[in-house]
Amino acid sequence: MAMVQHQAIVLDSRIESVEEAEAATERVAERAGFDEGERHRIAMAVREITVNAVMHGNAYDRGKKVTIEFDLSPGELVVSIRDEGSGFDTTGVADPLAPENLLRQSGRGIFLARAFMDEVEVQPTSSGTSVRLTKHRQAQAPSRS
Amino acid sequence: MIKATCRRIDTVTVVDLGGRITLGDGSTTLRDMVRNLLSQGENRILLNLGEVSYIDSSGLGELVNAFTQVRRSGGDLKLLNLTRKVHDLLQITKLYTVFDVQDDEARAIAAFGQAGAPGPQVAH
Repeated sequence: MAMVQHQAIVLDSRIESVEEAEAATERVAERAGFDEGERHRIAMAVREITVNAVMHGNAYDRGKKVTIEFDLSPGELVVSIRDEGSGFDTTGVADPLAPENLLRQSGRGIFLARAFMDEVEVQPTSSGTSVRLTKHRQAQAPSRS
Repeated sequence: MIKATCRRIDTVTVVDLGGRITLGDGSTTLRDMVRNLLSQGENRILLNLGEVSYIDSSGLGELVNAFTQVRRSGGDLKLLNLTRKVHDLLQITKLYTVFDVQDDEARAIAAFGQAGAPGPQVAH
């Protein structure tokens, strides 16, 4: 049976947690053997989803946590980010590439996560939102950094 | 953490930025700097991003905000010396079509003198 390495971190709902999530992701992605460019993109995807979890999901509520789980298997790295908020509807996010939205100040976070990862699944649950980010290890692009 | 210093060349204010433009301090510093420049009537701004290592979606939003504020004041804002990562980010988000991106400071300064700034119209 293929071995899966699992790691979880639980973060407070504050801006500083975003930096912690990014740094932890960089370490896991480096251990997984992704090149520098891919590590940057994976970490940014996790950062953007964690920002959503802290700001929009948990609304900076100190009583709510953001849980990030890393599952590294031979084929892929899966990062699951879960908040304890009231749910996040991605269908309500305007297309940031539409000409009328290019000058909007916000709304690019989930778009960047989708651009940088192979799969992005948003799963609203009764106790918050869980976002599952997947990066295939065998599909690494050449470094562009 | 972002570092920002201003210098004046002809009628253009060059802002040399370094570090990370991200949610929190980085975005706030950029917003305050552009607001201060506009309050002093400085609305021809060249943002030198050559030493900027990282921009997240909040930082992108702040760049867009700076652009719209400057355009509404009747001025112009251009970007200079993008790193590869920032360049890629602007391409993915199509913001490359919004900003006038330059890679040579002298030519960028000269471009402020040319009539008809490129990019989308900003509502006043």
